[in-house]
Amino acid sequence: MSDKMRQKAQILDKEGIRRALVRIAHEIIERNKGTEKIALIGIQRRGVPLANRLSGYIREIENKAIPVGVLDITLYRDDLTTLAHQPILRRTEVPFPVKNQKIILVDDVIYTGRTIRAAMDAIMDLGRPKIIQLAVLIDRGHRELPIRADYVGKSTPTSGKEIVAVRLQETDGQEGVFILGEG
Amino acid sequence: MIKKKNLIGLEHIDAPEIELILDTAVAMKEIVFRPIRKVPTLRGRTITNLFYEPSTRTRTSFELAAKFLNADVINISSSASSVVKGESLKDTVRTLEAMGTDIVIIRHPMAGAANLLAGWIGATVINAGDGAHEHPTQGLLDMFTVREKKGALEGLKIVIIGDILHSRVARSDIWGFLKMGAKVSVCGPATMLPAGIERTGASVYCSIDEALKDADVIIMLRIQLERQKAGLFPSLREYARLFGLNRERLSLAKKDALVMHPGPMNRGIEISGEVADSLQSVINEQVTNGVAVRMAVLYLLIGGGDA
Repeated sequence: MSDKMRQKAQILDKEGIRRALVRIAHEIIERNKGTEKIALIGIQRRGVPLANRLSGYIREIENKAIPVGVLDITLYRDDLTTLAHQPILRRTEVPFPVKNQKIILVDDVIYTGRTIRAAMDAIMDLGRPKIIQLAVLIDRGHRELPIRADYVGKSTPTSGKEIVAVRLQETDGQEGVFILGEG
Repeated sequence: MIKKKNLIGLEHIDAPEIELILDTAVAMKEIVFRPIRKVPTLRGRTITNLFYEPSTRTRTSFELAAKFLNADVINISSSASSVVKGESLKDTVRTLEAMGTDIVIIRHPMAGAANLLAGWIGATVINAGDGAHEHPTQGLLDMFTVREKKGALEGLKIVIIGDILHSRVARSDIWGFLKMGAKVSVCGPATMLPAGIERTGASVYCSIDEALKDADVIIMLRIQLERQKAGLFPSLREYARLFGLNRERLSLAKKDALVMHPGPMNRGIEISGEVADSLQSVINEQVTNGVAVRMAVLYLLIGGGDA
């Protein structure tokens, strides 16, 4: 992020994030008619705390524990040969079989769709899920692949020059979603 | 991030780089235990194993690491290649490079061979053992194994016992563990302790019983039977009696000390079968960790486009 980037707008505050996640939790239960065979997989890094929170909200609503896994998609990226330095590899930990499960991928922002493409390939290598759904806190548009989210906290039109910064207590010590841009 | 294109030895890489390799290997190890052990990361890349010395575990380990990352692997052993027709190392690797290999993994009986090679070609070079110089991925997998078991390397007492003179593993272990803040001692017959080894920062012992006192990690080196014509000790029986690790000696170290060996083992010479198979032995885990560490090295070194 360049130094010239300044905060242009706040799209969600702490309460806004909570309300969006609670709604998504309800939608997940409704769409899947309960919680049977549901497992959440958070994409490193900010998808992980979001998946944990969703699991907590679903538990409050249905009184059922939903397993949560952690996925690092680095090894599945399609741009590794074009980067100057290899990205840091973080841990993948999916402590349950994905075979025949309803897997809900969780990430903070959906943008080009390439991360989700990589994540789906990564999950397929762990087994054959019954279904994969996608939950994101922010959809900022500009897809480069035919991928869409099943659950969206907030859709925000952005320009390609802007940055959507999701800040979470667990990873950033702060709560909020901001649009950063030049000037 | 890794600053160098090649991995020649641990003497010339710094602690943060070692840390990065070990951290990356943690993530790689998860792949080794998957039902489908394959990720697409190095798809379309070619890796050549160029081995001028016999090897089972190192070559297989690199080959598996490359295959788990989806690279294509070519194995060349000197006995079954143009080397027997008299082709020089330089010409051999130039040929390989002309065919488009991205990484050359080399094992060679001469110290310095890997470094020489790195100066000749544009491909990345990984040293898989050059003479008595270094075997960096063995050093890394030893550190990985210890860190996994003990949580951290700083302050641990590491003892390396055996033929230090001929051991590239010992050199890589000494550099690596010292850089990570561990204390390293070496011990062996005086004829097998290279002059000036203490200048690395390692302490030197001639008595195994003294060396083992309060050790957290014991690394036993293989007596290289093929090199024993030089008469560096009177007999294998005497060596086993004076420098072999058995149950009684093991009790001199800390109760939870780890026993390691780079393999292949001479059971009954440098290590008793009982100790090699004991609960304190992590020799088999070293082998598994070797694959994860080599995956990490391949991933970190092959990366980077033209940017």
